[in-house]
Amino acid sequence: MGNRSRPRFRFIPREQSKAKVEERPRTTREQLFVIGLFIIPGAIIYTVFLIMPMLQAGYYSLFDWNGLGPLTDFIGFGNYERAFQHSIFQTSVVNSLIITALSLLIQLPLAMALALMVGRKLPGRFFFRSIFFMPYVFSEIITAIIWTFVYNPGGGLLNTVLATVIPNYEPIGWLANRNIALLAIFFVITWKYFGLHMILYMAGLQSINSEVEESARIDGANELQVLRYITLPLVAPTIRLTVYLSVLGSLNQFVLIWILTAGGPANTTQVMASYMYRFGIKSFNLGYGSAVAVTIFVIALVFSIGYQRAIMRRDYAGSV
Amino acid sequence: MAAMTSTRTTPRRPLPWQRILSRLLQYAILIALALIILGPVLTAVLGGLKTTGELYDLPFGLPAVPRWENYTGILNSESFWLQLKNSVIIVTGTVSLTVTTSALLAFVFSRLVFPGRELIFNFFTLGLLFPVTIAFLPVFIQIRQIGLIDSYFGIILPLVAFGIPGSTLILRGFFRSIPSELEDAAYIDGCGTLGFFWYVLVPLARPALGAVIVLQTIVAWNEYFLPLLVLTDDSKWPLTLGIMQFQGQYGTDWGRVMAFVSLLIVPAVLFYILTQRYIVTGLTGGELKG
Repeated sequence: MGNRSRPRFRFIPREQSKAKVEERPRTTREQLFVIGLFIIPGAIIYTVFLIMPMLQAGYYSLFDWNGLGPLTDFIGFGNYERAFQHSIFQTSVVNSLIITALSLLIQLPLAMALALMVGRKLPGRFFFRSIFFMPYVFSEIITAIIWTFVYNPGGGLLNTVLATVIPNYEPIGWLANRNIALLAIFFVITWKYFGLHMILYMAGLQSINSEVEESARIDGANELQVLRYITLPLVAPTIRLTVYLSVLGSLNQFVLIWILTAGGPANTTQVMASYMYRFGIKSFNLGYGSAVAVTIFVIALVFSIGYQRAIMRRDYAGSV
Repeated sequence: MAAMTSTRTTPRRPLPWQRILSRLLQYAILIALALIILGPVLTAVLGGLKTTGELYDLPFGLPAVPRWENYTGILNSESFWLQLKNSVIIVTGTVSLTVTTSALLAFVFSRLVFPGRELIFNFFTLGLLFPVTIAFLPVFIQIRQIGLIDSYFGIILPLVAFGIPGSTLILRGFFRSIPSELEDAAYIDGCGTLGFFWYVLVPLARPALGAVIVLQTIVAWNEYFLPLLVLTDDSKWPLTLGIMQFQGQYGTDWGRVMAFVSLLIVPAVLFYILTQRYIVTGLTGGELKG
């Protein structure tokens, strides 16, 4: 029933899983044939290149394996123990969490503020929306190369601009300074991805019936109260969805970071995925790398299941 | 007049000058942010015509003498066109296979009823948790075992596998929204299941198919780590690998690097302008208009 009135996001895996499609009386022989024919090509590719690698990673992670010879060195959970005790891995987990927290606390509110601003009535909203969302289509490689120039300690864009504004300005090595580098990276992540969340919020806001807000105003609510008690609760499903996407997206950040700093200086900007590349593949330790991969999957899976059960469940409630 | 309307509808509607002021403030913020987005991009595009010194001193200015040789050097090199061809092969293969397999899956999961359907569907959405950017290590081991190193299929098939969950989800949502009366009519007119899929559903689902095509094009075109691991033969490299190698080689000559960046970013912007509608449809499930 609630199906039609609330925003529907088709990226939610389990959404409306039991919604009623017009049921045909029975599954005919022809349909069984079609079902098999249609599922098989996708199922083969998906299983061979996604499911199997994941399961194999679980198996390889129990071996000390350089990736070349046969799997002989069974070491149980040795790889996991080694990873959890490795200070650089610990740093990389913390950095992934920092990026996640910053995304939730800065990127999402920024996206919401812009969606409210550009949202519904502002003349020129299409123009601004297009610009803010544009970096989403740029490859991470291009983005990282451009920002390598922006952050260049010599005559990079940022230092040049700041030098014209601030007198006696001393150029800063944004990516070389271990106190700043992670924040500088986060700025690039925000630059590239806040538009995605803004678009999702705009879609959510657009589905609100503006008469509800209008009647609150007539009842004497000021703009802040309307926002706090009417608008935000009505887009809550969208907010819950973007929190979900933002956390998973942050845990998966990797390419930008690798090109910008390669985890440096002195491994201070390493995140889980870059750690896996650096200490798994680059040092020919595929068993160890698999253990790191499994750790990342488990974190993503636990978060996903927990979040969907605890937080997003109510978004399905009306739809079943 | 303002007073009249305000007594009738909202007693607290702000005065005109307050509204103008808040509008101005809004535009100031929006323009400042737009500059932060566009500044680096414009610098890169202009930078392709400059020397490194000019880029450092006058990032936004026009160069005294445009250095067209930055561009001609790249456009005359064989490797650039080879890499472009490789990128096109990878994108075409990935997109066509992803759309076909996902559309078939989405049809089964949206319009046919059979036992275990939701379970199988959930199995297919598991992959949403692990984008290929993070699963590259296990995928790389598997590709090596199958013997797809240095083959385009070593890139294409994993990208398809990781594209299937999201694409199926988008298409399934769209297929479900097509009224069942159409389906009944098609069956009454003598269409079989296959006929309904091909003659009714696929033409109607063009916006969703477009969204999947565009989103997958972006993913395949931008992929970097998978080709880096799978392709040791540099004659098969796509542009993403090409530009990283170029940057490694000419890292200090920012003008040349920016020329290469511009050759990739200008088409990306055009592509974005032309397909923005589809991207937004795909990401928001068709909710956002205007």
